[in-house]
Amino acid sequence: MLRKSKLLIKNINSINRHYFKESCIIGTKQDVQSQEYQEKYTQMKTLVDKLKMTVGKIVEGGDQKARERHVKAGKLMPRERIDRLLDRGSPFLEFSQLAGYKMYDDAELPAAGIITGIGRIEGYCSKNKKNHTSEAFLILYLINIYRKECLIIANDATVKGGTYYPITAKKQLRAQEIAAENKLPCIYLVDSGGANLPRQADVFPDKWHFGRTFYNQATMSADGIPQIAVVMGSCTAGGAYVPAMADENIIIRGQGTIFLAGPPLVKASTGEEVTAEELGGAALHCETSGVTDHFALDDEHALQLTRNIVSNLNHRRISDIEKKSDYETPAHAIDEIYGIVGSNLRKPFNVREVIARIVDGSMFHEFKARYGETLVTGFAHVHGYPVGFVANNGVLFSEAALKGAHFVQLCAQRKIPLVFLQNITGFMVGKDAEAGGIAKNGAKMVTAVACAKVPKITFIIGGSYGAGNYGMCGRAYSPRFLYMWPNAKISVMGGEQAASVLAQITKTKYEKAGKEWTEEQEDKLKTPIIKQFEEESSPYYASARLWDDGVIDPVDTRKVIALSLSAALNAPIPETKFGLFRM
Amino acid sequence: MYKLQRFLLIDNKSTSKYLKYNFSSASTNSVKEINKLLIANRGEIACRILKTAKKLGIKTVAVYSDADKKSMHVELADEAYRVGPAPSSQSYLKQDKIIEIAKKCGCHAIHPGYGFLSENANFAEFCNEQKIIFIGPPVQAIRDMGIKNKAKSIMVAAGVPVIEGYHGHDQSDSNLLKEAQKIGFPLMIKAVCGGGGKGMRISQTEEDFFQSLESARTESQKAFGDSLVLLEKYIAEPRHVEVQVFGDTYGNVVHLFERDCSVQRRHQKIIEEAPAPGISEENRKILGAAAVKAAKAVNYVGAGTVEFIMDRHSKDFYFMEMNTRLQVEHPITEAITSTDLVEWQIRVAAGETLPVKQEDINLRGHAFEARIYAENPQEGFLPCPGKIKHLAPPLCDENTRVETGVRQFDEVSVHYDPLIAKLVVWGKNRAEALNMMKIKLSEFNVVGLETNTEFIRRICSHSKFSNGEVHTGFIEENHESLFVENPIPESVVVEATLSLILSEETEGFDSSNDRLNPFYTETAFRLNHTLNRRICLEMKGKKFIVDVKYTEPEGYSIRLNESGSWRSVTGDLKKMDNILELRSFIDGKFKKSRIIKMKNDVFLFMDDSQWHFNLLQPEFLNESNSQMASSQGVAVSPMPGIVEKLFIKKGDKFQIGDPLVSIVAMKMEHIIKADTSGTIQEIRCETGEKVDKNKVLVKFEDKV
Repeated sequence: MLRKSKLLIKNINSINRHYFKESCIIGTKQDVQSQEYQEKYTQMKTLVDKLKMTVGKIVEGGDQKARERHVKAGKLMPRERIDRLLDRGSPFLEFSQLAGYKMYDDAELPAAGIITGIGRIEGYCSKNKKNHTSEAFLILYLINIYRKECLIIANDATVKGGTYYPITAKKQLRAQEIAAENKLPCIYLVDSGGANLPRQADVFPDKWHFGRTFYNQATMSADGIPQIAVVMGSCTAGGAYVPAMADENIIIRGQGTIFLAGPPLVKASTGEEVTAEELGGAALHCETSGVTDHFALDDEHALQLTRNIVSNLNHRRISDIEKKSDYETPAHAIDEIYGIVGSNLRKPFNVREVIARIVDGSMFHEFKARYGETLVTGFAHVHGYPVGFVANNGVLFSEAALKGAHFVQLCAQRKIPLVFLQNITGFMVGKDAEAGGIAKNGAKMVTAVACAKVPKITFIIGGSYGAGNYGMCGRAYSPRFLYMWPNAKISVMGGEQAASVLAQITKTKYEKAGKEWTEEQEDKLKTPIIKQFEEESSPYYASARLWDDGVIDPVDTRKVIALSLSAALNAPIPETKFGLFRM
Repeated sequence: MYKLQRFLLIDNKSTSKYLKYNFSSASTNSVKEINKLLIANRGEIACRILKTAKKLGIKTVAVYSDADKKSMHVELADEAYRVGPAPSSQSYLKQDKIIEIAKKCGCHAIHPGYGFLSENANFAEFCNEQKIIFIGPPVQAIRDMGIKNKAKSIMVAAGVPVIEGYHGHDQSDSNLLKEAQKIGFPLMIKAVCGGGGKGMRISQTEEDFFQSLESARTESQKAFGDSLVLLEKYIAEPRHVEVQVFGDTYGNVVHLFERDCSVQRRHQKIIEEAPAPGISEENRKILGAAAVKAAKAVNYVGAGTVEFIMDRHSKDFYFMEMNTRLQVEHPITEAITSTDLVEWQIRVAAGETLPVKQEDINLRGHAFEARIYAENPQEGFLPCPGKIKHLAPPLCDENTRVETGVRQFDEVSVHYDPLIAKLVVWGKNRAEALNMMKIKLSEFNVVGLETNTEFIRRICSHSKFSNGEVHTGFIEENHESLFVENPIPESVVVEATLSLILSEETEGFDSSNDRLNPFYTETAFRLNHTLNRRICLEMKGKKFIVDVKYTEPEGYSIRLNESGSWRSVTGDLKKMDNILELRSFIDGKFKKSRIIKMKNDVFLFMDDSQWHFNLLQPEFLNESNSQMASSQGVAVSPMPGIVEKLFIKKGDKFQIGDPLVSIVAMKMEHIIKADTSGTIQEIRCETGEKVDKNKVLVKFEDKV
């Protein structure tokens, strides 16, 4: 599945490691012909195909008319801008493609009108000529590689003129959060008409609204995280501060404008008649006002100048991670995940089979395998990075929670990044469980997960319900990244259970009042609740609202872990200080 | 050293068969010692001589001009000395300097190679005086053969066929006719003082003889003020056939068969072969015998070549001249006779006898030599000196030899012959050798300067050439078919694109501190969709828009010029010896080609063609910086000053570079010139006005 890493992979067996590989290889051969496998495979494949189709439409951008107008003006489409900004052939780890999906009745908002993600810029190879004797044909080079992962935020002017809907602002802030947490240089490709005026109340005033962008720019800059803005279109009013707050910026001649008030507003307030270019064009800002630093002739020039800026960042990364220089791909076909997991959350699967298709060489050094069996914990490598896995394999019991807390502490101490594979209906309920202290044991795990300072990446690969979501590092626990599989469901509890709970309460109310409670009434009450839960727990609904960083094809999990980790490791891993564990 | 060694090793291996001849001296005391040899030459021939010298355990001394200080022959020699500045008249032709070096470092002999001093009788004499062995023929032989008329009369006396003609003083019409009849028609009437085709007529038959004679005389009279003519037999479409001869100091002379060097451009050979095609065994014997006779007539010693002009139809041949040196094309003779002629030269010069008798020399197989020149066949074979940015010659083996004096990053100097290398192949018969030549030519890949490899390959592929129908006018005769412009196949563009994409993926891949980083290995990864990309290539001004979809982990869909159909493409780049091999499947069709990629250029070398694409540069690179500053329709004052003069008025049209306004500042006059062309809209200053920096002086409208 890898494009070229296979070229370099050496046989790990050749290293004398006794029986390392044999002792920790996991996963079983799947009966790919079986009906169950085939059914599950088809279910998941259908979901993945639907996802790709949906995203395929989203990546086109705004409506055709807007796109044509954009291109005709000599501008590149935002995705082309990103592709040309990045190193040729660089991957792009994009976030929240489904943001804004079916959120606003009156407007389709592909990718919420803003594209965010991480890519490589000016990763270069410095060849130091080391030994060139004139008689020799062979020239020895010392080769050093510098790579720079940058976070890119690009407005899509073909989507509602690039204006900020509430979700647009949220997506931008989330991207900034990713940059701040992982210390990634930020590049803003600005081409926006500013706040979407009819929705200004949900965009402008609150703490987590648009204004936070500039707060973030200032504080990130203070933190030494480079802020680079490219003015590729208009930057009006508040938008003017994106380039103005940047460390270094670029503006495109005849295309980019920056002003606090546009020509119509100027005319209205002072009667002065002025063109946009005169009021806030590239020449004015590069030559007179000094608002901008670099003068670009067109999109392509601006993007090249951005690369030049990045190449002069003197940005170094120090990694705490001992990364293996070679690795193997999983021993099993990765797409077998489809046939193992399927889409029916009621059908349990062994999460080890999933891990076996994610980790290097399917090698998994499991921790406490025989204790608290409903939680699988253990060490593995992904693309050579050491990773601690915490994966659900059933309901969480006290033992499982204790084991989870222990393992998370272990990883925090060793500075090993954590990956959570979330598929949980919750902590165990019932008399025995409560008596066994499930609440305090669950709290231990939640404490451990909340406090661990290692990079945490969460994947919701099945259900995510109730407090289980917390213990397994849900959104509220600030994992560096959180992704969902298309089969995932997320809600406080299952729709069925919620409906039953509500029905039960209503029934009791009715009974108290001495009224009759018919089965018909119960159905009438339950159906819409089930439907509502069904809709709201869908990954599309969740991702549209940015409860995650994106819905991914399960087959890409391995790559996404690797890319996310590589990005996360731009920030040093601090020492962890845990809160109080209730004993 | 690596590469060099490989060449030497293979050469040694292939020369091992040359060692079967046993040299012996007639009497031991007549053998002189040659333990140290000075090579008074440069380039490939110096390297060639060095190799044999090394094989024989002889110490070597090279000389070099300033242009050659870092060249290959200097590097290969045991010692090297500077002879002078780059021009050969001040370096490689400096006899006294060379002799001085030879004496200083105790050289027993000097090998002159070819060209430079190799046929200089004075130099040979000088060597003799200084008791240094000159590896070449006796002084007298050089002298005799150097004067064309004298050479001819010696040959006539020795009974070697010489082109018939009349050079007499009796210029009467009747006598000339009589002589003409003697020579036979067709014949050539040449002005004695003539040159450059002036005063030259061909008389096809007796009937038109007087008419041609008259017109030749008139033209000569006009051009040279003299109407003397000579008559010579005219050979249409002649062939250039030459015989390699070798003599020792004991009067033994042998020939090593003939070579055909007919295919020439600008009177220089580019492809030679041995033996000459279409020569019967009997003719071969006659040719050889005539050459031996010629050599004996001048008491020839060492390697020499007797050149003949041959009628391609009748196969009659006539003595032209004798070259008293080792020829450029000697390797083909070595290939068909399993000899090392440089070794023979050295041994004979030392006084040993020839190792073989004529009857022991057998002709084996067929050999071709192609001279790879830095030149542009499309532009009249104009030499293209320059830096060799990349050099990937074919691998040498038993039947392939590459003789070169340059390496990658070396300069093909303007001061000397633009020869990059000689490619020599051997085959069991002519067809086999020719096929091998075509293959090896396609593997001879040079980047940085124009070369004639593709042109030679076209000659080799020409049906007339493969039929052996060669003559000195071959290139002119077949000009059209040899220079036909090939259309660019679509698959080549796809391959070029593929090699670009693949090389990006391997770029900077040997990271030492963070190997296999996913941001490198997961090329073009996009979440839930595929990366689409447009690559614009250019070749000879023709643009190609190529769309690429990264469809699968190792596969692409590639489409040409928007309207074309999508082709499914996979492939990989394999690093070969100094070149990349692209192995591609385009719609299931497997193909291999050789690739050299340099920054924005891709060079593709295929079996039958070579292509050079370059990535289209973005537009912003073409726009000058100056235009960036003030293409906003205004001219501004660059500093505070006083307006001295206005060169324009409202409504004037102006061009780039026209003066607009002059201002005086700091006692200096500054003229503000237009950096674009356009029309003046408004003048915002007047003469004598004091202006500030950046004040708008003139507003104008850009001409769009």
